[in-house]
Amino acid sequence: MAEKKKQSGGGIHFRRLIAYIVLIIISFLCLFWFYVLFINATRSNSELSAGFTAIPSSHLVENWVNLKNGTLPIIRGMFNSLIIAFLTATLATYFSTMTAYAIHAYDFKGKKFIFTFILMIMMIPTQVTVLGFLQLIDKMKLDNSAIPLIVPAIASPAVFFYMKQYMDATLPLSLVEAARIDGSGEFRTFNQIVTPLMKPAIAVQAIFSFVGSWNNYFTPALVLHDDTKKTLPILIAQLRNADWLKFDMGQVYMMIAFSIFPVIIVYLILSKHIVGGVTLGGVKG
Amino acid sequence: MKKRLVSLLAMATMTATMFAACGSSDTASTETPATDGAATEATDSADDAAVELPEDTGKVLNIYGWNEEFKSRLTDHYAGYTEVDSTHGKIGDVDVVWNITPSTDNAYQNNLDEALLAQESAAADDKVDIFLVEADYALKYVDTDYAMALKDLGITDADLADQYKYTQDIVTDSNGNLKGSSWQACSAGFIYNREAAKEILGTDDPDEVQAAVADWSKYNETAAKVAEAGYKMCSVNDTYRVYSNNVSGKWVQDGKVVIDKNIEKWVDDSKELVDANAETTDDLWGDDWAKGKRPEGKIFGYFGPAWFFNFCLDADQDGTIANKGGWGYCVGPQSYYWGGTWICAATGTDNANLVKDIILTMTTDKAVLKDIAQKDADCVNSKTVLKELASDDSGNLDLLGGQNPYAQLAEGAEKVDLSNLSAYDQGCNEEFQKAMKNYFQGNATKDEALDMFKKAIVEKYPDVTAD
Amino acid sequence: MCPILKIKGAFMAKKSKVVRYNKWGYIFLIPFLVVFIIFQLIPLASTIYNSFFENYRSGLTQIGPNFVGIENYKTIITNGDLPLYFKNTMIMWILGFVPQIVLSLLLGAWFTDPSLRLKCQTFFKTVIYMPNLIMASAFAMLFFTLFADSGPINSLLIQIGVFKEAFQFMSHAGSVRGLVATMNCLMWFGNTTILLMAGMMGIDPSLFEAAQVDGATANQIFYKITLPLLRPILVFVMITSLIGGLQMFDVPQILTNGTGDPMRTSMTLIMYLNKHLFSKNFGLAGALSVYMFVITGILSLIVYKFTNSEKN
Repeated sequence: MAEKKKQSGGGIHFRRLIAYIVLIIISFLCLFWFYVLFINATRSNSELSAGFTAIPSSHLVENWVNLKNGTLPIIRGMFNSLIIAFLTATLATYFSTMTAYAIHAYDFKGKKFIFTFILMIMMIPTQVTVLGFLQLIDKMKLDNSAIPLIVPAIASPAVFFYMKQYMDATLPLSLVEAARIDGSGEFRTFNQIVTPLMKPAIAVQAIFSFVGSWNNYFTPALVLHDDTKKTLPILIAQLRNADWLKFDMGQVYMMIAFSIFPVIIVYLILSKHIVGGVTLGGVKG
Repeated sequence: MKKRLVSLLAMATMTATMFAACGSSDTASTETPATDGAATEATDSADDAAVELPEDTGKVLNIYGWNEEFKSRLTDHYAGYTEVDSTHGKIGDVDVVWNITPSTDNAYQNNLDEALLAQESAAADDKVDIFLVEADYALKYVDTDYAMALKDLGITDADLADQYKYTQDIVTDSNGNLKGSSWQACSAGFIYNREAAKEILGTDDPDEVQAAVADWSKYNETAAKVAEAGYKMCSVNDTYRVYSNNVSGKWVQDGKVVIDKNIEKWVDDSKELVDANAETTDDLWGDDWAKGKRPEGKIFGYFGPAWFFNFCLDADQDGTIANKGGWGYCVGPQSYYWGGTWICAATGTDNANLVKDIILTMTTDKAVLKDIAQKDADCVNSKTVLKELASDDSGNLDLLGGQNPYAQLAEGAEKVDLSNLSAYDQGCNEEFQKAMKNYFQGNATKDEALDMFKKAIVEKYPDVTAD
Repeated sequence: MCPILKIKGAFMAKKSKVVRYNKWGYIFLIPFLVVFIIFQLIPLASTIYNSFFENYRSGLTQIGPNFVGIENYKTIITNGDLPLYFKNTMIMWILGFVPQIVLSLLLGAWFTDPSLRLKCQTFFKTVIYMPNLIMASAFAMLFFTLFADSGPINSLLIQIGVFKEAFQFMSHAGSVRGLVATMNCLMWFGNTTILLMAGMMGIDPSLFEAAQVDGATANQIFYKITLPLLRPILVFVMITSLIGGLQMFDVPQILTNGTGDPMRTSMTLIMYLNKHLFSKNFGLAGALSVYMFVITGILSLIVYKFTNSEKN
């Protein structure tokens, strides 16, 4: 330690250099896949089967036209994906914050039990209950509808857990007390004081839920049957399943690129809230 | 290639609409050159049966499939079908609804299972009318009451006399009832690299190459020579279907999984060839497997049917063997088939007459079948049409160096014998190949790999036992 | 230890005043509980109920349900596969999680270290989460292409002389597990870093400044200030990652085409469970689910206790 302090001037430069090198390598590893996807989207099926290259080819427009004029309703699929993912993210974050707030700010009988209980729910893998889930939505006549994909997001234990942990670290109850003294109703306090303070956490979980829902294939594939209701991952699987007459990896890659595009935009918009330096320093004071 | 295909499809649609004006079913029945006796019998029994069929009451025709293949065939070749949008069409007053679920993760079968199990209680508009199956799992559906026997639809043996027998074996239930029909007869054989054949065998003539691979011992001898010359014969997964199509017993007998002698032979032959560097263990469709499409991939051949060389050898790509017309085709050590889609009528359909007409038109109407063969490059399920294609030059293919493969394809289709299918074939074949890969690659002994296979089968089919 | 958090203590003192508000605790819980009971508890209950029955489908024929007691539980124990798949799952999780958490903490520390003053932080912070935007299936497809026997990685390695002939990545237990771990790490380290950063940004910057004025080194700041204050979030990361790890499915499933080869050395618990879903084997799958539930519960409890006890 003492040695380090002595050479702290040179040490900083050295550490900065290391940091930059590591960051650049990591950035390369992160962005490389997008580059490969883009390259592959510009290549024809037979070029793709000939192996990998790093140079783009000339079939970008052709792949897009084939995909757009194909039989799969991709624009509709994007619309479906957007609605489902957006609603999922909204419901998951809002209601999880609310649930976390209930546990964090109030003291009531059975609170500990409910908290432990919710944590236990988190341990149930989706695959475990999926059979029962399908039987249930069939009985509720919700088969082939987006509702069973959206509404369950209200009970997202992992999002709740994060919100709870975040509140433990950053949300002082004195603030809530202050609001009460000012005569603010409990529901209003939650919506107008607590929620804004939770913005970074909400942005983080909104992104995660949005991306999770956007890329989810497992449940939607079991629930949605009409082409016009399907989400993008199912349509991609369908495209990859095409008969040999129409099988075209160029289109598959184009479709993957097409389906990643909106989620990148949503991410870039929300990421401002995360990386833009939202600090809660002021709140603490 | 792609553009050509698109314009071909467009043409096909136009021709189909033109035919529609003439009324294709009438023309077809007068054209049928069946023997007199059979023809009259056919008309008689068909008439009898037609009387029995209840009038169509359904306003919706639900068709279940896993991809768009049949939809595009119906759009192009069935007079009277008009497309509304990507999942809806119309035939007369009847709305056609396509329920297409990809087969990834078994989703198609899961979906179809639920629909069929709910068939009885389903509302009239939701009842399954037609569903499509592949050979590997056909019996799972065919050997139940959920699929209608064709004779109950008023389709007679005479109607189907021109089809290849193996295509009917696949969809015949345990009581001998035929319950499905296909427009394709995908007999397959050995597609070899002509340059390599000249170098190694001194000839690229299909008959002489056939002589070099006429049975498995000759095939293995040739493979040894191929390996000496620095080539590999193909992948063990290429030859698997050839062996597994020629078994002497079913996969599951009396609830117990049985490994057939010919399958065991595949294991032993393949292990020897892999160890001798004469065959690869590449998975089908992977990048490694696909490298043989180019001369520098140093692969002697592939096993495949007509659709394979038409669509999987990348003839439109510079530098491929197909592009230079460098492939040849012969029947190979044993006859087998690969691929195809079967049309089944669902019990409880309220459009029986329409379903019957679709099956008859799409799978027995020779004019339609010839049209499909020429426009869509399907190898069709009609002895007459294949004979016609074999006899003229229209069947010559550039990518085979001008060879007309239809004679071999027809010969192969005659010889395929699929009387030993079981409802467990899909799972058994898949799991067997996966498990044995461990043995071939040296990660397990043969017994360990076999145990792995048995374990996988019991997981997949809890009603089956292994040892 | 962390005075800011001790504000919570004030809460206890005001207990009596708070009572009349507490019914709101129940009200705020209603949406979660209602949805949870309908969409998760009922399916879960039927899962557990089913675990005591022989209940599967052979083709289109439904077998059962016939009550068999704990027969399904016995079957799973006696065939002895469960420990193997548990081991595989844990190995692949640890292989991926250790570099993931180290990387995330390192990046988090760098990003919050005021003395380092890294440029282009926004860019780096934005980029690290990007791999998660790609669907696991698409990601696995790309990995497959790159690590194929004749793929670019192999040709590169042969060219620089590491290997004489192509290395079959997909047929060696070590390399398959390594690839799965790499993919998981790459897909999730950004996620973890974001979680940690969100926590770090909640830390009062004046704390860092004060520490710096006192002459603390970057290491000291990290271990004495950042890490302790991050504990709640770290616990969250550990537990969710552990649970996510135990539920590991899509990456190895797609990469090995569902086989978990070679010789099932990369088969995870959920992949095994998925095998039973093929035949809609509610009975065995139900029993397996209960086992998994117990395993996850015990492990999470250990992690939770371990991380909480450190506090005192």
